Amino acid sequence: MSNWPTETKYISHSTARIDAPAKLTGNARYSSDIQAEGWLYGMIYRSKWPSAKIKSVNLDKALQVPGIKAAVVVRDGEFNVRYYGDEIAAVAGVSKQACLDALRLIEVQADVKHEFVVKENDARKDGSPQVWDGAANTVAPHVRENGTVDAAFGECAAVIEGFYTTPVQIHHPMETHGNTVSWTDDGVTAWSSTQGISSVRDGLAGSLQLDHSKVRVITEYMGGGFGAKFGAGAEGVLAAKLSKAAKAPVRLMLTRFDQALAVGNRPSSFQKIKMGALADGTLHAFEGENYGTAGIGAGGDSGGGGGGADIPMPYLYKVPNSRVKQSAVAVNAGSARAFRAPGNPPASFGMESAMDDLAVKLGMDPLELRQKNDPNPVRQREYALGAEKFGWKEKYKKPGSSPGVVKTGIGCASAAWPAGGGSRRTQGEAQINPDGSVEFRLGVQDIGTGTRTVIAVIAAELLGLKPDQITVKVGDTHYPPGPGSGGSTTCASISPTVFDICTKALQQLQTQTGLADARGDNWFAACKKLGVDPLVVHGQWQQGLSSDHAGGVQFAEVEVDTETGLVTVKKVVAVHDCGLIINCVTLESQINGGVIGGIGYALYEERVMDDLSGVVLNPNFETYKMPGIADVPDIEVILVNMPERGVIGIGEPATVPTAGAIANAVANAIGVRVPSLPITPAKVLAALGKVPPPVNS
Amino acid sequence: MKQTRPENSGAGAHSRRTFLKSLGTVAATAATAQVKSVAAELEKANAEKVVGPGAVPVTLKVNGQTLKLTLEPRVTLLDALRNYSSLTGAKEGCDRATCGACTVLVNDLPIYSCQKLAIEAQGCEITTVEGLADNGKLSPVQQSFFEKDALMCGYCTPGFLMSVTALLKHNPHPTAEDVKHACAGNVCRCGTHPRIVQAALKAAGVATASKTEVVDYV
Repeated sequence: MSNWPTETKYISHSTARIDAPAKLTGNARYSSDIQAEGWLYGMIYRSKWPSAKIKSVNLDKALQVPGIKAAVVVRDGEFNVRYYGDEIAAVAGVSKQACLDALRLIEVQADVKHEFVVKENDARKDGSPQVWDGAANTVAPHVRENGTVDAAFGECAAVIEGFYTTPVQIHHPMETHGNTVSWTDDGVTAWSSTQGISSVRDGLAGSLQLDHSKVRVITEYMGGGFGAKFGAGAEGVLAAKLSKAAKAPVRLMLTRFDQALAVGNRPSSFQKIKMGALADGTLHAFEGENYGTAGIGAGGDSGGGGGGADIPMPYLYKVPNSRVKQSAVAVNAGSARAFRAPGNPPASFGMESAMDDLAVKLGMDPLELRQKNDPNPVRQREYALGAEKFGWKEKYKKPGSSPGVVKTGIGCASAAWPAGGGSRRTQGEAQINPDGSVEFRLGVQDIGTGTRTVIAVIAAELLGLKPDQITVKVGDTHYPPGPGSGGSTTCASISPTVFDICTKALQQLQTQTGLADARGDNWFAACKKLGVDPLVVHGQWQQGLSSDHAGGVQFAEVEVDTETGLVTVKKVVAVHDCGLIINCVTLESQINGGVIGGIGYALYEERVMDDLSGVVLNPNFETYKMPGIADVPDIEVILVNMPERGVIGIGEPATVPTAGAIANAVANAIGVRVPSLPITPAKVLAALGKVPPPVNS
Repeated sequence: MKQTRPENSGAGAHSRRTFLKSLGTVAATAATAQVKSVAAELEKANAEKVVGPGAVPVTLKVNGQTLKLTLEPRVTLLDALRNYSSLTGAKEGCDRATCGACTVLVNDLPIYSCQKLAIEAQGCEITTVEGLADNGKLSPVQQSFFEKDALMCGYCTPGFLMSVTALLKHNPHPTAEDVKHACAGNVCRCGTHPRIVQAALKAAGVATASKTEVVDYV
């Protein structure tokens, strides 16, 4: 397809992250580092009740605390709170300590509702407390049906049934949500920790009833989002209101505790799957029923889409006869938001588990079952490449046949990510100065994926310069507008845009200077001919340089200690395609990150709710466990380069199949399925019949 | 020999209840006396050291520079750096000793600066991430992180840099396991861990190769 150059110096090679020096020296200023002149500290007062009507909030005593400059209530009049952690009020003061003192003195009159529900299975029962007054907790299921399912099951040689569950997972970026907001007569400036400067700008303008032109959002550096940081959020609006009241900039970053309660999560899933195949392994019939919770809602502030509890079933395999029923269950807990590949990791875990269970019943190698039923030709290649690198044939043993106390097992699973393409509304500009220096300005943001570096790599390639000769400015709504960083779309949005800017720049340089080719060695001579005025070139996303739909296959090897139940991931081979590779080194980092996130989902992560008090029992890192450096296995990456497809994003597909591959490896090791994530030692021992099942599972 | 019993040896005198009661009284008296004396000792010992609750002058030596601040005694070293000076390199990820983003060196040992009061850190040599580079030249650890791409969003990076720097000061030839042990108290959510191990080993002079393979589809 593409007009991308085939002989390259930088594209498809490795350029070290251009903003790394700033991050490595502490010079990079994250949103939480902003020290605007006269800034105040802000903190939020949250509901201690899972369900209550707030009658009144008295801030008088809080305002008398020395150093407190402002206090605001989240909304006027009476209002409802529907989960433990819902926002009620906020204070701003000269120090964190003053704010902590003030929060203790806020007085709230509330009608506390002692009936609430935090667990999906309780919320589905008749007579359950209603999260939303007068509305059932479970809406009518969405039903999709293809073919003739009931008859088809009768034609199958093997049928399995399973109940596969996944927990609510919390994003927990290392930098919590938050902003520094300065509201003056000229308008609002917000230094936001966000994945979408434009969506935060629009959200703040809407909530504060200001013109979009009066709100500027700046995100020079931010500490991770994973889908949870698209909107202004209650915390952004509160910071703005505090700033207006205090007449000073307010830095309001959430605490880690807040982070676990109120700013998003991945919905749970409870998947009842029945699946059948013909004798040769061809999938023939599928029936899936799924429900899960997105908390009190489907992520009203998610901005980036997703947040609902529906998942793509039967995922990426071809099943001619299928019936899928799905519904979301409301509980008194914080809303879901988009989370890296929304819907896909749970769907992959359920379907891939069912695939392996069916392979056992058919007496087939599970890899062969996949190769037989996956319609995608790129993944067919990836199965072959990965299997060879991983040594699948040599390593594969019948489930449960590993000897000894510590058993080894292998598994594989696949990913399909339908997005990853570019946003047509992406714009950008370059300013080419007579001294030959060049600055690219795009209103996107670098969330840690290497966006700045991608811009520098492409510009250097097309202008015949080196990446370090390109100055890249992103993360400011004063720059030409770009999309939010979600859906793995950033790379495919900015790459064609930079291509367009460079093409136009070279054309204009030729017109203005008379030099036939301004690239490379001619660059400085050409720029000098501009005289005194810099050349500013505007460009936008162009068709034909990017596409969408990326996939991948991952293979995992695990050890399971059958006395302690502990699962250790020994090795992961990740084979992925994302069209034209722009920068190998940052691409590999993205895939490592996806795999490691998937390990957390497979083995450790789960939001635990207390049904008696309605609180999140593990709102901090000592109890909400994520993979640490010692948990990370040897990860080998194979990148399938497809320049003919143009640029596609990778962030999301890389995390999709990991949990399914690990779960299958565990089942292969111990000969029984642990059908519930995370695969904790307690669940492994229960599956082995050594202890009773954990109470919460 | 005929055994005699004391005059007042009625059943009640040696009952379990009175025994315990008398024991309790004795023990309680002793304990009270002890508490009182301990309290008196403490009061005496602390007489000159009690500071606050109001702000007090605090002097910190950070990256070789003297920082003179006025802080409430409850202000942590992390907050002193981030909120009362311009040293925002150390990051707050949890404020409760579970993430390591706030790691700094105190007398060459890595500590969670969110768990040390600024007043306690007086008189110590404090090194933050801002103090690693030498006149703009990256330290060997920083340079290795740069070359190995051992960072993504970069928010946890200052903490990992300090943990690895401290490791190499005390163990210039670590194994991969040593690196993992040294970084066990640092959390990264983007998933840079494999690269951090490679970078630390590189800084120690051990070559590691990426296992990434690029295959053309057509």
